[in-house]
Amino acid sequence: MTAKIAYDAVDIGTELPAQTFPVTRDTLVRYAGASGDFNPIHWNEKFAREVGLPDVIAHGMFTMAEAIRVVTDWAGDPGAVVEYGVRFTKPVVVPNDDQGALIEVSGKVAAKLDDHRVRVDLTATSAGQKVLGMSRAVVRLA
Amino acid sequence: MALDQSFVGRSYPPTDPYEVGREKIREFAEAIGDDNPAYTDREAAKALGHPDVIAPPTFVFAITFKAAGQVVEDPKLGLDYSRVVHGDQKFAYTRPVRAGDRLSVTSTIESIKSLAGNDILDIRGEVHDEAGEHVVTAWTKLVARAPEEEA
Repeated sequence: MTAKIAYDAVDIGTELPAQTFPVTRDTLVRYAGASGDFNPIHWNEKFAREVGLPDVIAHGMFTMAEAIRVVTDWAGDPGAVVEYGVRFTKPVVVPNDDQGALIEVSGKVAAKLDDHRVRVDLTATSAGQKVLGMSRAVVRLA
Repeated sequence: MALDQSFVGRSYPPTDPYEVGREKIREFAEAIGDDNPAYTDREAAKALGHPDVIAPPTFVFAITFKAAGQVVEDPKLGLDYSRVVHGDQKFAYTRPVRAGDRLSVTSTIESIKSLAGNDILDIRGEVHDEAGEHVVTAWTKLVARAPEEEA
């Protein structure tokens, strides 16, 4: 387990490089297949509207998977993540066009813990709305 | 209808082992658009100190959520799954999931709450490898929304 970032090189408030992740209907079909979550709210517009959603929405777990990339890309070793949790506050609505939606993720070091671990707080938004709440990861640095 | 509180603390039998395949990890990494070589290149994973390619942090959810099906579909619990949304998700890792792992999940109902007609169910999934070593714990909060008409 070899993170690229040294514990001593970060302070509380250190910002991680922000990233933007595109998501289209095609993305959701692929994710459904890879994850085994075939809930029709993620690919069937008619069904999604019938259950009261504005349109097809991304899997919450897809958004969660994208958000942690800000941490894993920064740390270098995805195996350095020791804790990761989120609250699904708002759905990422994915329209049926070539644009789809964007998930914008930023993160910063919120606490320095023992054993070379730091807590990173993540912010994830789509269409100007916060889509994850309490999004936190603990990662062990070098 | 509020769920039966006597289910709190109940554990379900460990699942049959799920064998984590290298190509399944690759498929998952491609689906999330993540080209980190630790997911697909054994040498790159080894350079980081792992014995084989590792899975992205959220990969294990597919396994723990399937295991949570034992709880969700327990007819005695009586959860209306058509009204369920995923509220929170958390993982605590002892080590990353890796190719070749044979993982078994033990699901436990941690809490049941009723709030404004919604049933809120917290399920903890303990994931162990074939040697019995702990790999990751997954906490899943499911919210069964109250039917609109009766709320």
